[in-house]
Amino acid sequence: MKHKTFFWFILPTAIAMLLFIAMPLVSVVTQSLFTPHEQVLKTVENCGPFGCTQSTAIDLEATEALRAEDPLGRFAGLNIYFDRGHLATAEVAEVWRSSDGLGEFFKSLGNLPFYRAMAFTLTYTFVVTPLLIILGFAIAVAVNSLHRHLKGLVIFFSLLPMIVSPLIGSLVLFWMIDSRGVLGSALQWMFQDPDLSLKASTSLTWIMLIVYGVWHAAPFAFVVFYAGLQTLPKDTLESSMIDGASRWQQTKYVVIPHIMPLVTFVALIQLMDNFRVFEPIVGFNASAHATSLSWFIFNDLGGETRLLSSASTSSVLTILGVCILLSPVLVRTYRDFNRKV
Amino acid sequence: MFLKKVTLASVLALSASGALADCEISGRVSIIGNEFPAIQTVGAGAAECSGGEVNTNLTADHQTLNLPGMQGNPAEYTSAIVANSSIVALMNDDVIRPLDDLIAEYGQDLKPNQLISIDGKVMAVAFMANAQHLVYRADVLEQIGVEAPTTYEEMLAAAEMIRAQGIMENPVGGAYAAGWNLAQEFNNMYIGMGGEFFAAGTAEVSINNEQGIATLEMMKSLSEYMNPDYLTHDSNATNAEYRAGNVALMNMWGSRAATLTDAEGVSQEVIDGMAISGPMTVGGGSTPATTLWWDGWTVSKNISDEDAAATFIALTHAIRPEMLNEETSTQAVWLIDGYEPTEAAVGVFAAANSGSVPYPMLPFQGLLHTALGAELTDFMQGKEDAATALADVEAAYTAAAKEKGFLN
Repeated sequence: MKHKTFFWFILPTAIAMLLFIAMPLVSVVTQSLFTPHEQVLKTVENCGPFGCTQSTAIDLEATEALRAEDPLGRFAGLNIYFDRGHLATAEVAEVWRSSDGLGEFFKSLGNLPFYRAMAFTLTYTFVVTPLLIILGFAIAVAVNSLHRHLKGLVIFFSLLPMIVSPLIGSLVLFWMIDSRGVLGSALQWMFQDPDLSLKASTSLTWIMLIVYGVWHAAPFAFVVFYAGLQTLPKDTLESSMIDGASRWQQTKYVVIPHIMPLVTFVALIQLMDNFRVFEPIVGFNASAHATSLSWFIFNDLGGETRLLSSASTSSVLTILGVCILLSPVLVRTYRDFNRKV
Repeated sequence: MFLKKVTLASVLALSASGALADCEISGRVSIIGNEFPAIQTVGAGAAECSGGEVNTNLTADHQTLNLPGMQGNPAEYTSAIVANSSIVALMNDDVIRPLDDLIAEYGQDLKPNQLISIDGKVMAVAFMANAQHLVYRADVLEQIGVEAPTTYEEMLAAAEMIRAQGIMENPVGGAYAAGWNLAQEFNNMYIGMGGEFFAAGTAEVSINNEQGIATLEMMKSLSEYMNPDYLTHDSNATNAEYRAGNVALMNMWGSRAATLTDAEGVSQEVIDGMAISGPMTVGGGSTPATTLWWDGWTVSKNISDEDAAATFIALTHAIRPEMLNEETSTQAVWLIDGYEPTEAAVGVFAAANSGSVPYPMLPFQGLLHTALGAELTDFMQGKEDAATALADVEAAYTAAAKEKGFLN
């Protein structure tokens, strides 16, 4: 392609990427480096239906003057990144000094919001992703061997968890597993323990969220693998049958190698999605037991006083986290690609 | 029956046309606020005005929408209906205007105790009061032979008796959901214990003290008589437990008490047994463990004077004394002339008369509220002791306050 043609061809995409990917990134990084001005406080008298009280308020004129001078706010550098709400370097160093033994160190580390969120997010990501790939593959193989009249119906029902929007899906499950709900009562009856509550125990909450995550995302893997199975080379499969390969051997030596690129694709997408786990935490009201970086952003912006810099910092950390998480898969794909060329 | 309907219809028609006649505006009115019945009534009252466009957006998510919707120029919302906690965010960003001129021109009928003045300037007009107080089951307390508790210690004793006699397994209800609700219960109890949130006149937090620890211990003791899922129970879920007959004692919002047993499927026992009394004290203190709230409306700064006048007139119309009738009177404790307290209002009145304090209107109180909501859960689950939990709250607050420029 000529350079000029290429330029006009790529221009719309480039502009869109600049506007919708690069600019927000620049904006979020900038916001994470600046914090609001020092607030000038003054004592005022507040009166209302319950009488008058002396109270503190922001001196708006003085603060406005500061803001007009320097509209971006105070330059904070990486201060927010290292504060207690995020990487908490000073606190980690303190914990390291004061704890004897690694066990105690990790226990105290779990008291810092960022590391607690990481513990859940990484567990969630690395348990849910493989499980949903295995389950999705199993469903795909099973559906593929069904009679064609049944296929449509079964595919529709297998896709349902993905069609239901995540917040609604988690709310429905949340009510079912309530200690007075259908599943909650059933579990109490099964284990003969009237005090059993999925929502009151951290480990059970984690299991519940992981089960939900697999339930919700397996249809995605299923659809992709099912599409892959339609392109399976019939002759290779037949020749393996002639060689006397069992069903298991066919799957292992023909089917799986054939859809391996798709597995990589699903793993990439799902690692990214699961690292940003958010809806189930809100839907299950589980923030007492499990948090994630995305939940931090929600919490920072949902309070009465919004913490924009903190939320931006969490966003940047999420992006960095996704990059780190995806790097092995990306490197592998890059190598594979080079080998083929 | 038919005659009654006709009379009612004509009365409604008359009052509607009367209303239209005395509210003329010439400007745009756009209101954002919470969605509970009393605010719906105010929104509908403002919409009666003719001559200009009146829009309302009443939603539970109003707090995340009102600030961005008022920062533009001209602002999307000409008024936000707020409470004493949420007005602070609007004040901090300077998006609402002083109302003194408008009151002089159009608001002579407003009573002085409706006006919320900050530093000598009226910033909001309050129309209702609210507080959390005791809601209980009179029949159950009669069964165990005790009076309605006036202290949290008595509440614990009553709860133990109810459980011991096998009447209810978890007789105490509480909106202890992690986040805003849990923090609010801490605030109530801490105020009842006589604690101060900040070192006087500064933004330095000081809750890691004797009162703070006593507060947490009391909350923990109460939680042992609650449904084990209590960390996921907000006001709605707590009310559902009460309606189902699983709860006999709870600290609940006055604004929800009137309609508590109106839902479908509530047993007659629960409806007949429901009773309300004032807020409880704790730890031998004299200040009730609750906070007083007002709900009121504001007018945007970033709008034309014409729209501001229209907004002011429409909302003043919405809270005029004539809007009180049989239906609206039960919806809230109105701060409107001619309001006769209904039975549902005794709790809020008792709160106001027994020396309760208003929820603090400090610019950094919201940051502490958020920190409490996120950091107290470990203690409630028994994963750490009270002092550690309070130290965590202080650290989380300090990080946030430094970022916001309240602390250096």
